[in-house]
Amino acid sequence: MTTAVQTAAAAPTTATATPPGGKKSNLGWLATTATWIIAFIFAAPILWMVLTSFHSENDATQRTPQLFAPLTVEGYRNFFGADGGASPWPALINSAWAAIVSTLVVIALAIPAAYALSVRPVRKWSDVMFFFLSTKMLPAVAGLMPIYLIATRIHMLDNIWFMIIIYTAMNLPIAIWMMRSFLADIPRDLFEAASLDGAGLLQTLRKVIAPIVSPGIASTALICFIFAWNEMLFARVLTGVVAETSPVFLTSFVTSQGQFLAQVCAAATVISLPVLIAGFAAQDKLVQGLSLGAVK
Amino acid sequence: MTTAVQSDNAPGPDQAQPPPQAAPTATDPEGYPQTAKERWIRRAPLLPALVFTIIVTQLPFVATLAISFFNWNAFRPDDRRFVWFDNYVNVFTDADLRKSVFTTVILTVVVVLVSLVLGLGIALLLNRTFFGRGLARTMIIAPFLIVPVAAALLFKHAIYNSTFGLLNGVLRWFGIEGPDWISQFPLTVIEVQLIWQWTPFMTLILLAGLQSRPTDILEAASVDGATGWQTFTNLTLPHMRRYLELAALLGAIYIVQNFDAVFTITSGGLGTANLPYTIYQTLFTAQNYGLASAQGVVVVIASLIIATFALRTVSGLLKDEGAK
Amino acid sequence: MCLPAKLIAGVGALSLVLSGCAGAGGHSSSGRSINILMVNNPQMIDLQSLTAKYFTAETGIDVNFTVLPENDLRDKVASEFTSQAGQYDAATLSNFEVPIYSKNGWLLPLDSHIAGDPEFDQKDIFPSLATSLSGPGVNGAESSVYGEPFYGESSFLMYRKDVFASLGLTMPEKPTWDQVADLAAKADRTFDPNMRGICLRGQPGWGQVFAPLTTVVNTFGGTWFDADWTPQVNGPGFTAATQFYVDLVRRHGEVGAPSAGFTECLNATMGSAVSMWYDATSAAGSLEADGSPVKGKMGYVQAPVKETKSSGWLYAWSWAIEASTKKADDTWKFVSWASSKEYEAIVGKEYGWARTPAGKRQSTYDNPEYLKAAGAFADATRTAILEADPTNPGVQPRPTVGIQFVDIPEFTDLGTKVSQYVSSAIAGQTSVTDVLNQGQALAEKVAKTYREA
Repeated sequence: MTTAVQTAAAAPTTATATPPGGKKSNLGWLATTATWIIAFIFAAPILWMVLTSFHSENDATQRTPQLFAPLTVEGYRNFFGADGGASPWPALINSAWAAIVSTLVVIALAIPAAYALSVRPVRKWSDVMFFFLSTKMLPAVAGLMPIYLIATRIHMLDNIWFMIIIYTAMNLPIAIWMMRSFLADIPRDLFEAASLDGAGLLQTLRKVIAPIVSPGIASTALICFIFAWNEMLFARVLTGVVAETSPVFLTSFVTSQGQFLAQVCAAATVISLPVLIAGFAAQDKLVQGLSLGAVK
Repeated sequence: MTTAVQSDNAPGPDQAQPPPQAAPTATDPEGYPQTAKERWIRRAPLLPALVFTIIVTQLPFVATLAISFFNWNAFRPDDRRFVWFDNYVNVFTDADLRKSVFTTVILTVVVVLVSLVLGLGIALLLNRTFFGRGLARTMIIAPFLIVPVAAALLFKHAIYNSTFGLLNGVLRWFGIEGPDWISQFPLTVIEVQLIWQWTPFMTLILLAGLQSRPTDILEAASVDGATGWQTFTNLTLPHMRRYLELAALLGAIYIVQNFDAVFTITSGGLGTANLPYTIYQTLFTAQNYGLASAQGVVVVIASLIIATFALRTVSGLLKDEGAK
Repeated sequence: MCLPAKLIAGVGALSLVLSGCAGAGGHSSSGRSINILMVNNPQMIDLQSLTAKYFTAETGIDVNFTVLPENDLRDKVASEFTSQAGQYDAATLSNFEVPIYSKNGWLLPLDSHIAGDPEFDQKDIFPSLATSLSGPGVNGAESSVYGEPFYGESSFLMYRKDVFASLGLTMPEKPTWDQVADLAAKADRTFDPNMRGICLRGQPGWGQVFAPLTTVVNTFGGTWFDADWTPQVNGPGFTAATQFYVDLVRRHGEVGAPSAGFTECLNATMGSAVSMWYDATSAAGSLEADGSPVKGKMGYVQAPVKETKSSGWLYAWSWAIEASTKKADDTWKFVSWASSKEYEAIVGKEYGWARTPAGKRQSTYDNPEYLKAAGAFADATRTAILEADPTNPGVQPRPTVGIQFVDIPEFTDLGTKVSQYVSSAIAGQTSVTDVLNQGQALAEKVAKTYREA
């Protein structure tokens, strides 16, 4: 073993093969150090963002990083409109509303669809899967203009329900994809047992499938929530005063009023917080959900 | 090899289950219902999602197709007329659009490949037991959980800024005066920001792939005296192939469409305008609906061709599973 | 599996928190409210802060603002007004958009409102601005007013008096570009290793790099189009000016020039990273505001010239009311308040007179309070605005009006695309010749439609 790649690649496989608490070689120690360095590099921009958000604008724009500058919540106060600016609450509520409702609708549509694509599959179910996935590959921006014109005509511009429809369509393919793989994972005996009992479709869904796939539902919901919360292109075009979402609100913070760095960092932190919390709380499910969704 | 993810709920390696044989009604030899009524009952749960998707994603595209044959600039409402393929001629003679195709390809390929390689390395590192593993994993996952436009703003102003950015600030500690990153390496800085954000995504998928490797085979290999490198190339990589392919596919789907980073960091300047940005600009800066629609149609057709190839990967996976 | 339960509980808790906050954060429903779309320049941010206390309290009209960076604002404004979407009642447009939009019937003529509101004192507005915010006449009038300026600006050269004094440099009253280039070389990293010679915009966007650059083109004898719509983008004047501009900013300009717009240059100037800055006169209000680190240290002279007598641009962020609005009266109340003398005094009282949105009314420059606070730049600003001539900004006749822009709808796209090339040249990726040849080809496409018409 001479190259770094080899060490990096080799160490873990042996480590997994070795039961926990087994021998610890120098190599393992090296790999652990490397892991921590990488972890720190990945987290550094976020740590810097959070630190800067608690600095004064003046300290935030020094030529050398001010790690130990006095902390202040001025950036947050400004973000929440203390200096007379707009309050971020409407935008945060809009984002939460759009993300949560669209996720619920997505799940409600995706579970039956996934059922019809895996447990009791329709003929040519793989073609249907292709169709769903291919809608994700079309450039969304190509549909943006007609959607804008339609929204204008039917007076749905700047309406959060319209955004919910868009986000539902945006996340549905991925959700069906993930849910299908979770359902395909269920042993068929269970369904047979349920049908022998004379249980109807709804009963089967509720009594047999739901408990088994609920972790899958949770991780699918999390992914949909994240993508809906993050979306900006459609929101910036289709929303305005009433339905403005957080990412759009965030861009208005880069003002030409001189220094704004601490305030932008505070805004970015607050707006990312819901996703961060949800993601951290459910990271095990995220790992499982993404991979199951991907591989089945 | 039909190995599959080991899960608590569905132990056993055999995932290639045929449709249920004990279906309540008569089925043909492949397990599909034979009567029309039964077929519709099967389709019923699928229909809401299918109809919804067709209405919201396909109908606007039909409108795009129609508008692409019109000379329609919103600034000139009186001059809206049918012009056949004029807009398409403009699309194919537009040097900027060609360049943005190229930029999109570079951006996507670089970001996907680098995040995949990094993601695999990190997944391997995380797939060990060591002190504080949970925290290290949390730290690595975090970038994926930052709102993309917030991440782009953060990198533009707090990291890359030549005067007060973190990057040059840290270099100054060592007495080095760093360059102005954004104007010197415009496409690279966007790629780095996206790689930072998407590597965790790749890591997550690949980590689950690693955890699903059959431990008995790994142990056997270890007993047989296989070196770590041999185990990696002979066992781990083949097992990981599908995970890698699908991580790449999902990553590409999102990165091809990236708008936030290009829009925020460079405003499409310095040769960083990708396809979504270019179409956006035709649409909203030039208000040229006709041309933008034609651009959109061409891009959609091109993506469909590419997607067909990409979907073969998926198709292989579905067939594996559907095979009986 | 307790996770889904946790997740659901979490979501539930979140929605509870959010609904609790909705009362505090949601729009209050007094019934009378208007929606305003505006650029996020400092003057507008001040306005946003002062509206509740001074406007809503008086009139009972709630004002909902959407505030966007300049490039975003232009895109949003274009979609809003061309489709008459009715999302907004009024927006900040400029003397670029108002003539075009009013011809298409997208703006509400303000004549009757002005006539019914003598206190507003329309005659006090600088005539050059009032003219450039006019359009097709209604009710038998020859022309009608479609926009009211919030602040007007020209461009001039700002420099650090203290730096120049310590370096033994003198700034002429009416500098030429050659003199400025020379001064920039002498002031580049000599006073302070981190202080460059001059700040010039390099950020893509027709309203960004091409605002100052087109004035340089004008005074170097170049133009976008001849009077008969022959494009001159790779003509001798345009080329010499662009080459000069790119060379100057590459040699002695600010760090990060290809992405530096107005904001970045303002920051660079305030942060002592440059000794000169050629930009909008309205910048002076921020530089001389209380708390500015360069307050009192700046000198202001007219825009540098080469072949013309003067070279400043003319620009006014102005309120225009959307034709499809259903709240014309309430919107006019807001517009007339924001553009009034009274509002200028409110800013003077709350934030200091230097920050007042000026450059639009003669009376501002007769106001001793304003002159006291803004003495350093008031005179230079007024001279620059009064000398700007949108109908004849260069050495040759033009097909349409506009100093730092060509007043046709296609210019946003043309200018933005060419500005992206210029930005690449400033970054050293391409040569000026290539850039302008590409620009010429684009300009030719635009010109064709006008020659045919």
